[in-house]
Amino acid sequence: MAKVTHVKKACTVNPLKMSQPIGAALAFMGLRGAMPLLHGSQGCTSFGLVLFVRHFKEAIPLQTTAMSEVATVLGGYENVEQAILNIHKRTKPEIIGICSTGVTETKGDDVEGYIQLFRERHPELASLPLVYVSTPDFKDAFQDGWTKAVTRMVEVLVRVPAPGAVRDPGRIAVLPGCHLTPGDLEELRTIIEDFGLRPSFLPDLSRSLDGHIPEDFTPTTIGGIGVDEVATLGEAAWAVAIGEQMRPAAEALRTRAGVPFRLFPRLCGLAAMDEFIMFLSAASGRPVPAKYRRQRGQLVDAMLDGHFHIGGRKLAIAAEPDLLADVAGMLREMGAEITVAVTTTHSPVLSGIDAAEVLIGDLEDLERLAGERGCDLLVTHSHGRQAAARLGIPFFRVGIPMFDRLGAGHLLTVGYRGVRDLIFTISNLVIADAEQNHQPTPESWRLTEEDGAADGAQQKGQAA
Amino acid sequence: MTTLSATIQEVFNEPACGKNAAKSEKERKKGCTKQLQPGGAAGGCAFDGAKIALQPLTDVAHLVHGPIACEGNSWDNRGAKSSGPSLWRTGFTTDINETDIVFGGEKRLYKAIREIIEKYDPPAVFVYQTCIPAMTGDDINAVAKAASAKFGKPVIPINAPGFVGPKNLGNKLAGEALLDHVIGTVEPDYTTPYDINIIGEYNLSGELWQVKPLLDALGIRVLSCISGDGRYREVAQSHRAKAAMMVCSKAMINVARKMEERYGIPFFEGSFYGIGDTSDSLREIARLLVSRGAPAELLDRTEALIAREEAKAWASIAPFKPRFAGKRVLLITGGVKSWSVVAALQEAGLEIAGTSVKKSTKEDKERIKELMGEDAHMIEDMTPREMYRMLKDAKADIMLSGGRSQFVALKAAMPWLDINQERHHAYMGYVGMVDLLREIAKTLFNPVWEQVRRPAPWDDPADNWQARALAEVVAPQLAAE
Repeated sequence: MAKVTHVKKACTVNPLKMSQPIGAALAFMGLRGAMPLLHGSQGCTSFGLVLFVRHFKEAIPLQTTAMSEVATVLGGYENVEQAILNIHKRTKPEIIGICSTGVTETKGDDVEGYIQLFRERHPELASLPLVYVSTPDFKDAFQDGWTKAVTRMVEVLVRVPAPGAVRDPGRIAVLPGCHLTPGDLEELRTIIEDFGLRPSFLPDLSRSLDGHIPEDFTPTTIGGIGVDEVATLGEAAWAVAIGEQMRPAAEALRTRAGVPFRLFPRLCGLAAMDEFIMFLSAASGRPVPAKYRRQRGQLVDAMLDGHFHIGGRKLAIAAEPDLLADVAGMLREMGAEITVAVTTTHSPVLSGIDAAEVLIGDLEDLERLAGERGCDLLVTHSHGRQAAARLGIPFFRVGIPMFDRLGAGHLLTVGYRGVRDLIFTISNLVIADAEQNHQPTPESWRLTEEDGAADGAQQKGQAA
Repeated sequence: MTTLSATIQEVFNEPACGKNAAKSEKERKKGCTKQLQPGGAAGGCAFDGAKIALQPLTDVAHLVHGPIACEGNSWDNRGAKSSGPSLWRTGFTTDINETDIVFGGEKRLYKAIREIIEKYDPPAVFVYQTCIPAMTGDDINAVAKAASAKFGKPVIPINAPGFVGPKNLGNKLAGEALLDHVIGTVEPDYTTPYDINIIGEYNLSGELWQVKPLLDALGIRVLSCISGDGRYREVAQSHRAKAAMMVCSKAMINVARKMEERYGIPFFEGSFYGIGDTSDSLREIARLLVSRGAPAELLDRTEALIAREEAKAWASIAPFKPRFAGKRVLLITGGVKSWSVVAALQEAGLEIAGTSVKKSTKEDKERIKELMGEDAHMIEDMTPREMYRMLKDAKADIMLSGGRSQFVALKAAMPWLDINQERHHAYMGYVGMVDLLREIAKTLFNPVWEQVRRPAPWDDPADNWQARALAEVVAPQLAAE
């Protein structure tokens, strides 16, 4: 329904978008014992590292090939080789995920070729998996980097099943988009397991960046899906892709291992969750457990209680495509109007959003349009805080980065009870704003001159 | 790039740097930073360093010419504070795409500058070069010059693309840009014999405001702080100061030294961390001002203020001293503040279990040694595992460090306090020192540690990872005996 337009200006102001190499790096952080490696200048890594540390409040494994100016001009084989050797020596990773950056892409480094050469020169590391993904900073966005990395993981790490191999009817490969938090994955795992199914999440941030006390200290990821488990994803009966961004990865898994997939563009919302639950029921051949029947009722009740507050709100939202579609979609279903929608990159989900237009733009666009159109609810990542303060409207933080509040890793937008609590949280924000900023006073309904107040109409009291 | 390489060589050749003076000609050319190790490097790039050094200028529009990574992944993440303008917290970037790389991004950059001036009308636009346009040959100096002429507004090129080196080099290259294009371009409305510059102070968490009242009380005017809570105009007129204090170790030594050379402004290297250091710095400021013609009574007034403030500070610290007796601190930080924080903690009776000197200069290390005695435990490059062992071995009761190493301490259920850039508390001057101790006490004696150290009731405490890690440390020691 929405028309997707690109904002025409030379200068991006208050960026919404983040770069795709760090989106790819985050995907690698969902693998156990992983060390993501950005092939670029050390700043590329350092900025990404600080961003994730501040968001997850966790130690972040992320390394750099530390390309100097000279190395960039000469080509980066030596740096890639040294980086792999050093990481292997210092951290003993189970896998290294290599992401290119703008600098090395502009030079035209052939990293696939480098890896081949590395394999020839270092047979002693033949068993160390290396996955390379091309992610130049100068195109696409964070979400695209995640998509590309997961797709490459499937292509490189999943074993092709033997001909005639029987699928495991109890296994489900879950391919979650980067709009889901570690808490979301944990919730989905519980739901899927309650149907007697065994899910494997690729990638699995719920075991690495969920903020737990690790069994053992490692400089690599402290959990996540193991490379061995990824290899067997081809045996799963079903793949479930969550978010349109995961279609390429799901297609890759189908091509490689013949695993059929179901794509759920959204899980935030009653109808979206109903569809997911019924899929699990069909896939498992089990009825929906009583627990979810109760939780569904609670969500319906929360929607009834919350619609008084969310209904009629003019929403200004800025997020990456799948997160935008998911959260804005849920609020729309609660009666909010999607008055301003800003996103980072193209996606097929955008045209389906129930708004007049979706802008590919920045937070300057969000702030300006939210002001012009009188929005009264702002939803975006933490960088929206300045805009929210200037606009003076309630602000709900979603997405990455969320550096000025706790609990980013556990914010739920999935599951009946997750959506129930999300509705409560947003409704409470709106209620608090009404209490603090919109209490009626004797002046609230005073007639203006246009109403004829000049004729002594003030005597009429609250006739308006 | 030739001019940039020349500038870098010049920065490497800093004569005021003691370490540099001791080097051979060949060593000097190699520069003052270790070669970065692929796969083992940490820390920011030169662009990051330039941005850290200049972004605290609050009324300037800071425009990053590069792909989205350079600004999109990092904007509005500094802890500096402003007493007025908020423009410095607005993220501006050209967000270059493939077309800009193939056909050049100079036009986009020029248009971006125009858009910023039309929409935000700042007193100046700073344009930061990054790796890709540096590679493809976008001439930001030329664009800045053209834009400046066209729009009648200073547009300052900051040439510190990430791949030329680490953060520290970026600090200095940022300083060069100020020296070349900003400092000395505006005359102050008036001057006084009490005008000083503070160089290399970024007003993190508003720290400058813990010290400024002291200067105000003495009638000393901060003509320009480079760059904390600074304004463009203040930096432009900073060449009329009578004296300067260089705060942040060596980060902007080139600015202090060249201002002395060009404008005859004497400087000293000082710190406002710790009671003794704060007093010394105030004395030195007064001494320099008097040597430049301020009335000698400033010295007496300074001593009186120091006596009064120190007495107040010691009185506030006294209650902490018995509580801190026997408590040991592990200090892990960049070069910036190592040596001054050590002095500060010792004043409160804390013992130092060790300190990292990763980014400190050799001179810094010497100072730490001097302060801590010869048996100081120097930790050049601690791995997380070693850090954990050290903490757990009860060698330290609390760890003070930057944000990135905090998780080692926290996951080990050890008290930890943030003392780097991202921290939320201000620790400068007499009041700041007391605040730091208050924070340390709050952390150290929080009952939460007892709670979080409780093993899960279903766990065998003899076989958790902490126990195994400790066994690892003890075993080789026994074997050695």
